[in-house]
Amino acid sequence: MENWSLFSLCVLLGLTSRWAVSFHSYSGAGKPPMFGDYEAQRHWQEVTYNLPVHEWYFNTTNNDLNYWGLDYPPLTAYHSLVCAYVAKLLNPEWVELHASRGYESHSHKLFMRATVLFTDILIYIPAVLLYCFYFCDGSSKQKVATALCILLYPGLILIDYGHFQYNSVSLGLALWGILGLGLGWDLFGSLAFTLALNYKQMELYHSLPFFCYLLGKCIKQGLIGRGFFQLAKISLTVLVTFALCWMPFLSDPKQPLQVLHRLFPFGRGLFEDKVANTWCSLNVLIKIKTLLIHLPTTLSPFPLSLYVSSPQNISQPVCLVINEIPLIAIWFLLTSTFSMLPLLVKDGLLLPYVVTSLAFLFLSLYLLSALERSTEEELRLGLYRKLTRHWLPKLNLSRIIKWKFWFSLVAMAALSFTSVWLEPPAKFPDLFPVLVSILSFLHFLGFIIYFNLVQLMEPQRKKSQKKTN
Amino acid sequence: TVMAAPMTNDQSWFYALALGVSFLKCLLINAYHSTDFEVHRNWLALTHSLPVSQWYYEATSEWTLDYPPLFAWFEYGLSHIACFFDKEMLVVPNLNYASPATVLFQRLSVIVADVVFFYAVKECCKCLREDKGKDLLGKPSFILTVLLLWNFGLLIVDHIHFQYNGFLFGVLLLSIARHCQNRHFEGAFLFSVLLNLKHIYLYIAPAYGIYLLRCFCFTQSNADGSLQWRSFSVVRLVILGTIVLSTFAVSFGPFIALGQLPQVLSRLFPFKRGLCHAYWAPNIWALYNIADKAFSILGVKFRLLDINKLPKASMTGGLVQEFQHSVLPSVSPLATLVCTLLSILVNLPNSNIYTIFVILSLLQPALFKIWHRPNGARGFLRCLVICALGSFMFGWHVHEKAIMMAILPLSLLAVDSRKDAGIFLMLSVTSHYSLFPLLFTTQELPIKIFLMLLFTIFSLASLKTLFRKGGALLNPLEVTYLLGLIPLELICEFVYPLTVWQKTFPFLPLMLTSVYCALGVTYAFIRLYISLLTCSDTTKKTKMQ
Repeated sequence: MENWSLFSLCVLLGLTSRWAVSFHSYSGAGKPPMFGDYEAQRHWQEVTYNLPVHEWYFNTTNNDLNYWGLDYPPLTAYHSLVCAYVAKLLNPEWVELHASRGYESHSHKLFMRATVLFTDILIYIPAVLLYCFYFCDGSSKQKVATALCILLYPGLILIDYGHFQYNSVSLGLALWGILGLGLGWDLFGSLAFTLALNYKQMELYHSLPFFCYLLGKCIKQGLIGRGFFQLAKISLTVLVTFALCWMPFLSDPKQPLQVLHRLFPFGRGLFEDKVANTWCSLNVLIKIKTLLIHLPTTLSPFPLSLYVSSPQNISQPVCLVINEIPLIAIWFLLTSTFSMLPLLVKDGLLLPYVVTSLAFLFLSLYLLSALERSTEEELRLGLYRKLTRHWLPKLNLSRIIKWKFWFSLVAMAALSFTSVWLEPPAKFPDLFPVLVSILSFLHFLGFIIYFNLVQLMEPQRKKSQKKTN
Repeated sequence: TVMAAPMTNDQSWFYALALGVSFLKCLLINAYHSTDFEVHRNWLALTHSLPVSQWYYEATSEWTLDYPPLFAWFEYGLSHIACFFDKEMLVVPNLNYASPATVLFQRLSVIVADVVFFYAVKECCKCLREDKGKDLLGKPSFILTVLLLWNFGLLIVDHIHFQYNGFLFGVLLLSIARHCQNRHFEGAFLFSVLLNLKHIYLYIAPAYGIYLLRCFCFTQSNADGSLQWRSFSVVRLVILGTIVLSTFAVSFGPFIALGQLPQVLSRLFPFKRGLCHAYWAPNIWALYNIADKAFSILGVKFRLLDINKLPKASMTGGLVQEFQHSVLPSVSPLATLVCTLLSILVNLPNSNIYTIFVILSLLQPALFKIWHRPNGARGFLRCLVICALGSFMFGWHVHEKAIMMAILPLSLLAVDSRKDAGIFLMLSVTSHYSLFPLLFTTQELPIKIFLMLLFTIFSLASLKTLFRKGGALLNPLEVTYLLGLIPLELICEFVYPLTVWQKTFPFLPLMLTSVYCALGVTYAFIRLYISLLTCSDTTKKTKMQ
């Protein structure tokens, strides 16, 4: 079968599963007075359409910041504005100032879901396809299989098409950025990534590797001459993009400050989720390194520290490596989906959670032959082998990993089942969400260590590969 | 470097496909469901709550039991599992009861019943000729599996609209597979069971009857393929008859004993309904209706007809009605029955036709050798498809879903021969499109478009790859016709609802769809017909044990 037909089948499957998940409930459905993220997005359409730009981020009589005030950068606001124009055409009641608060109807839900699908088709899905096409090893069938697995990642589908968010926009733009860098189009890559940053400030976590990579590339080309010129061009692109995005807010010095205050509410505290995140940046670093030229070896690994993050930012880089270390990547992605269980149950998304997780598990294990491609070499367990060589030389590390994989899946399934079916004891009403958090955290800790060790091993692995080739 | 061909295991790809489609079906649990959902809930309730003597008399709900007794027993069995989900659904007066647990149970029952279909497909794959050394995506068994398991019509009708066709077609395909494997007693038994599950399969009973009589009861053919009267085996006929009669006895026995047979039959064969559904199935009567309408409009325009004297034909409502024709002769049930019988009769093996082809075959032995089929089951399958399609074309009160009876068996032929693949593509794309009006909600619109594209792209690409030697599968005219479905869809579902005419002529998109698809279906029917007449020489050459 030809490539184009395989890729289109893959896309259609991804789209069908997305839209089918969208049939289910969204966050805050039927739960006044605050509702949820769905209402927040609708409210932003209302605010951006009805109010002048300089009032969007400020607390006024028309704009109550306590009721889902805008806390994403301007590009989200512009996106909401565009959606609001369409909404106004279809049914003005949807964006009526004040009167549309808490508006819920079947046709409105269809409209909102359609906006997510539209941006997904426009931005995220093409980026995934191009990424798999250009940067995946293997036959075209393997590339399609990888694309399908990435598109079927449950976490993104459940959050974007269930809970309701527009993560596919920022993640898609970031992916375009990676694509740009990978294909050598630095300016395009910087532009795309800057746009991603201006859509959701969480992309800052991915910004460090971008910055380091580009800086390193320019240094390599020589700081005097071509390298400097390149650096100047990139910086200019970034600055101009920022300026264009923030232009309406630059007239008054109070404006950008207020926007920044909304984006980074240091008053609220950083530790809303107990998830470590620096390795996520390192992960993208791994990926870019394996694709492209070496960064200067003077760059040392960053110290571990805790950041706030949404699971999507963690999972996206891991999605990209799914073809390289399938078993670990699949394991990780399932864990990240599992970590959102309390949220999904609250939103009434239990059925899609179960179905998409199981589907992702079985299909990706099968299509990527994850269980067969799990020798020590393929699982990058080199450093683990070195560490255990002295005390336990006969340990079959790959079998241990596989056993741990299955055991953890069983644990996650069991905890999912009990948190839905059983009543928590009266003394600990939050028992199950806490258990989910703890289990996820332990997993993520293990993954941080693993990915860091893989990162350390990377230069040596490349050297030995070059020797054997 | 990491490089591994992902699908090298023997049969693991089958389970992957089956599991994948099951997950998709699970995601569709919350989709729109039609009144058929309430129909089956009602049957669960009445088989569970009422004694057997009441089953065919119960009329609290308008959706009375109109399937044969074995299906009623199937619902009875399901109802015992339903107890664990929601007891309220089994209360007969709870009309239109659709709690989340009810929806979950009913949907899951369809998904689980599809296991029969999976098994049947696996058996059918065994009947195919396999070329060794082909990569997975080019294997006929892989292509057939996807065409059957991921069939658009089944997904839409069973898992959204709501019916149990997967389970029923599983029994049909299993019966066909058994005949291909020369296990004729099992095949006959399965078909009798099928008839007692849903009597619409009576349409293809003639194919079974004649095939078993001609190719099984007459144990041998002569060297030239004609009938050898002396090889008639009474034993086989008697055993077949016993199998069929005992199945019917088990099914209808209790009702005959209760003296309820007339009542049961009147439920199974309600002749009061009009010729056409509110939405016309794309068969010959759609073309007849449109011709009638066209003539009446022209007639009024040219003052040949008085508009007051024309009967007010209403095609717009959602209920089934009598349809009076204005210009052309009005069609009665008897007329359609006669037409149906005629179209089927011509397909039956005829010794005159055999003689003609004997002469042809003596002139072209080499060609004949290439065309030789391993067994007579292919001809039987072709005959079966013609019967199904013929009855769809001319049938009384045909629902557009009945086209599935022709498409699924045709898939088996499509992976075997080029011509059949071309006919299959025409028929399947057209008839799948004709199912679109079944899902008229906006929410399901993307799903039906995505799934339709999925199936169409796969069938086109895979069959093209399978038969890449020997030119294109579809000629330019056919391609144009199929591409014409895209503007048709855009007009009917996107442009037309925004125009003024939506209020005055709301049925127009349906009529357009029906007529356009009727052209394609009729064309496919004629081509299949011709291919049967030109292929029947191969059936006579085979020797059955």
